[in-house]
Amino acid sequence: MTVDILYFAWVRERVGLSQESYQTSAATVADLIAELVARDEGYSAAFADLSAICVAVDQELSDLTAPLADCREVAFFPPMTGG
Amino acid sequence: MSARVQEAAFDVAAEVAAFQSALTQSGAVVSFTGVVRDDTGSLDYMFIEHYPGMTLAALEKFANQATVKFGLEKVLVIHRYGRLQPGEEIMMVVTAARHRKDAFAGADYLMDYLKSRAPFWKKEVSQDSATWVAAKDQDEAALAEWSLKSAAKES
Repeated sequence: MTVDILYFAWVRERVGLSQESYQTSAATVADLIAELVARDEGYSAAFADLSAICVAVDQELSDLTAPLADCREVAFFPPMTGG
Repeated sequence: MSARVQEAAFDVAAEVAAFQSALTQSGAVVSFTGVVRDDTGSLDYMFIEHYPGMTLAALEKFANQATVKFGLEKVLVIHRYGRLQPGEEIMMVVTAARHRKDAFAGADYLMDYLKSRAPFWKKEVSQDSATWVAAKDQDEAALAEWSLKSAAKES
């Protein structure tokens, strides 16, 4: 399947992209991260500490164990700092 | 209940006045405004990034939750993004209820959710550094408190 992956804040800066379309057969968010990390150093720097990574699947806050079946959009970002 | 995400500045007094003029059952209105703080005196500007596809829906969801939880007559949430100078308003919440305790608690609850669950990220930029603001453990703890209070009420 093809998913749109979005990156925000320092995750975006480390990956070097704000958005990309990506072909994957990853079953879960964690599997997707493992695929990305294998691609290049930017991704491995962004995902070096998974405790600092938040994820939204189809614009709903989710977690690393979440399944990706039929999802269209995955976003990775640091803990939010609104307000 | 209304929520807005915008780059432009807003007028706190005008927003509160408009909010209040539409009330029919409330005796208490609480407003909170968040302002760009410059702790070191060297902040050039604050950059606020957000997740456009998700932000407004998140604000609306929290406003709805607060409305139900505290029986609020009306809620307003405004949050800005982009480049903000020290002293500029970042965001505001306004709540209205029959009595002050619910209006205060509703605003407090909304702020706790906005801090840690609304998809915004702040970066402090000065002449020689640019640093993403880290989330605080105490903000997560404040959120957890609301769940504890709900659980205590139900048991």
